[in-house]
Amino acid sequence: MARRETPEINAGSMADIAFLLLIFFLVTTTMNVDSGISRKLPEPPPADYKPPVIKQKNVFDIVVNRNNQLLIEGADFIKVKELKDLVVAFIDNGGGIGNPMDGEPAAECDWCNGEKDALSSDHPNKAIIQLQSDRGTSYGMYIAVQNEIEAAYIELRNKYALKKYRTSYTQLQKDMKDAQGSAAKEAIKVKIDDAKKHYPQIIAEPEPIK
Amino acid sequence: MSKFNKKKKGLPAISTASLPDIVFMLLFFFMVTTTMRETELKINTPVLPSATEVKKLEHKSLVSTIYIGSSKNKNITGDKIQVNDKIINYTEVQSFILAERAERKEDEVPFMTTSIKADKSANVGTILDIKEQLREIQALKISFSVTKGDVSKNF
Repeated sequence: MARRETPEINAGSMADIAFLLLIFFLVTTTMNVDSGISRKLPEPPPADYKPPVIKQKNVFDIVVNRNNQLLIEGADFIKVKELKDLVVAFIDNGGGIGNPMDGEPAAECDWCNGEKDALSSDHPNKAIIQLQSDRGTSYGMYIAVQNEIEAAYIELRNKYALKKYRTSYTQLQKDMKDAQGSAAKEAIKVKIDDAKKHYPQIIAEPEPIK
Repeated sequence: MSKFNKKKKGLPAISTASLPDIVFMLLFFFMVTTTMRETELKINTPVLPSATEVKKLEHKSLVSTIYIGSSKNKNITGDKIQVNDKIINYTEVQSFILAERAERKEDEVPFMTTSIKADKSANVGTILDIKEQLREIQALKISFSVTKGDVSKNF
């Protein structure tokens, strides 16, 4: 029997087929990285919870009405862009004595750069941002305000971390992601938590205006 | 002289034999990264607001998404809430989260995040209603989904 050579399969059209599939996946793929402003909701209070008494000067009152206008401290109409600096000034004021930290007696804020105005907040760990919105406020506006508050805290934490660790808070968070090994991660986490502790985010959102 | 008498040659054809390999490599990359949209939106696709201080959501498998937007039917006004494939009332948010929890391992539950994808013209009232519901069942980690950009486009 004469052995016949098997003819080679023509692979010339392979590229075409692959291209077709490639284009299909190119079109259907959605590279959406889900990103957003993260918030931690407060835990539901126990039934017999008594709200603590808070001094009015430690509360920064922001009201957003249904026409998306901002009212600060019940007195000033402002634009969203002005909000961040006002929030920073309020939190960083350090005009009095704060809550005790790490079991140490309550002390003044020695890392604050504020004006130490007696009529503004006492201490970053006492400063409360109160965001009162209306049911009819648009979500876009609400996010804008949340964004400005977040930006204010990040600015303060950046300043603090830069002074103490020579690395900004945002950089620390980036390093945390890139860090290899749990020991290195732990070391960065200590710094992040330290910055967070010195400027804790206290945002109160009361029931919306009906 | 014949040594210098160069023959006129045509350009050699570029070998395309490795082209399928390259294309296949790309193909596999896209096949792996592609995620087919799981939920078909029954509301108008929400136009997300923009913000500058964004954080990426990690652990995609632990994220449950709630969509808020206007109804496709123009005669129906107000915000509609969609989870999975159906439009729900805000009081049903809790059962949605509980169902999501049942699918995950128990030790992963504290890391579960609720992502809220709401249209920028939605009412804050709807959002706060949902937040209150989530708070009651201890689903405390939430993320307001936004696109990165200037906040002045929001209103």
